[in-house]
Amino acid sequence: MMIDPYKIREDFPILKRKVNDCPLIYFDNAATTQKPRQVISVIKDFYETHNANVHRAVHTLSQEASELYENAHKEVAKFINADGMEEIVFVRGTTEAINLVAYSWGCHNLKKSDEVIVTLMEHHSNIVPWELLSRVNGFALKYVEVKDDGTLNYEDFENKISRKTKIVCVSQVSNFSGVVNDVQKLAKVAHENEALILVDGAQSVPHLPVDVKRLDVDFLAFSGHKMLGPTGIGTLYGKREILEKMEPFQGGGEMIREVSFDRATRRCMITWNDLPWKFEAGTPDVSGGIGLMEAVKYLKQIGMQNVRAHECALTEYAIKRMQEIEKVTIYGPKEASLKCGIIPFSVAGFSSHDVALFLDNYGIMVRSGYHCAQPLHEAFGLASSARASFYIYNVREEIDRFAEVLKEIGQI
Amino acid sequence: MAIGDYVSRIEEACGQEKDFIVLFKYDKKDEAITKMLKKAKLEKSVSGIIFELTFKDVSFRLYRTGKAIFRGLKEKSQLENLLTDLLS
Repeated sequence: MMIDPYKIREDFPILKRKVNDCPLIYFDNAATTQKPRQVISVIKDFYETHNANVHRAVHTLSQEASELYENAHKEVAKFINADGMEEIVFVRGTTEAINLVAYSWGCHNLKKSDEVIVTLMEHHSNIVPWELLSRVNGFALKYVEVKDDGTLNYEDFENKISRKTKIVCVSQVSNFSGVVNDVQKLAKVAHENEALILVDGAQSVPHLPVDVKRLDVDFLAFSGHKMLGPTGIGTLYGKREILEKMEPFQGGGEMIREVSFDRATRRCMITWNDLPWKFEAGTPDVSGGIGLMEAVKYLKQIGMQNVRAHECALTEYAIKRMQEIEKVTIYGPKEASLKCGIIPFSVAGFSSHDVALFLDNYGIMVRSGYHCAQPLHEAFGLASSARASFYIYNVREEIDRFAEVLKEIGQI
Repeated sequence: MAIGDYVSRIEEACGQEKDFIVLFKYDKKDEAITKMLKKAKLEKSVSGIIFELTFKDVSFRLYRTGKAIFRGLKEKSQLENLLTDLLS
């Protein structure tokens, strides 16, 4: 069943506005997505009728807020087929989720003789935390190469992994090219070598059906704002047995069960809280969690297979239209089935920022620059690129308009 | 005149091309565009919405939407000096 994007568009108030006197065409979905009125309403409703701190008081409002916040964890757990809310840690976003693993797991488990594998395809947020930690712990970082067509070099991965590898950190979908990596295959090889696997799901969870059990990943990180939810909320999924053994990330309220002062040692004796609260120090982003829950319900109602099918069709059409324009170059694979709805491109004679500003003039929003993926740009020999990325509310007519304006740029 | 009277934000674009993107205040953009069009040399105009300009050997592209992209500058201070001259 294909989705009806015209009906979906009715749920997104922002899509009715004009930019520079033109109807808004929002093609920067890989950076963040727009929000349906259902998500906006539930956040407003929380502050208007249920607002209280969670897990802190016995009064009615606190109980309501706690129940909503816990339900949000449960809903996200079901969405990715986790075993329960104990495996779902709410964080600020993908970046914080990866940093949590780097510091809580990496600090205590990685030593000088160990190796960590990342790929050249990664967003900076799945490179920098490991680079930082390697400077402290002294382990080696190995980068898996990318092929000329933008797909991951699996042979290079198999050559680089060994019993020294303790964790493999890889994105399921590249935020530059949209290439979908075979995470199941990578996880199998990682586990055969007794390594863990952390998957950056920022560009996959919003766009594909993701099942952590089927993929057999140890950690999965993703952001709420890239999947119709609010900014400032994201998820770290971790296998329960691994999370249980890990030290907390930050210290404070909520993450402890007991802090008792021992008069003999003059120190506090601390007992950690249960999962997932052990990793959620301080007052959490309650409204963000509830907003994310609503976004997940919205996507579930559409069906992730349908989301995928819609984006594949749009991507295929967009590539076809863009290839008709002489000065446009598309990077990475051109086959829509190999990727999500992300198309990096350039227009001969124009910088990516020029292209983005020109399109902006016509109300079309695309990203320009490195998209936080400088190593992959370097692998392609690019100074920067423009990037169009699609979601459930985008339609073919928008792609037609986009292609017309691109053609106009090419004629300057 | 301070450039802050006209300029809302300056962004140093990421990428090897060290472009600076200048975003003019919405209510002052037309005034800023008029001033810049008077002072800089017009190399090319596209449909009256995009202007290719040069000023003091620096080329830049100005958009009717109130945005401009300056190329080939090494320092932000160089851009600020140019904008001061252009908008005075």
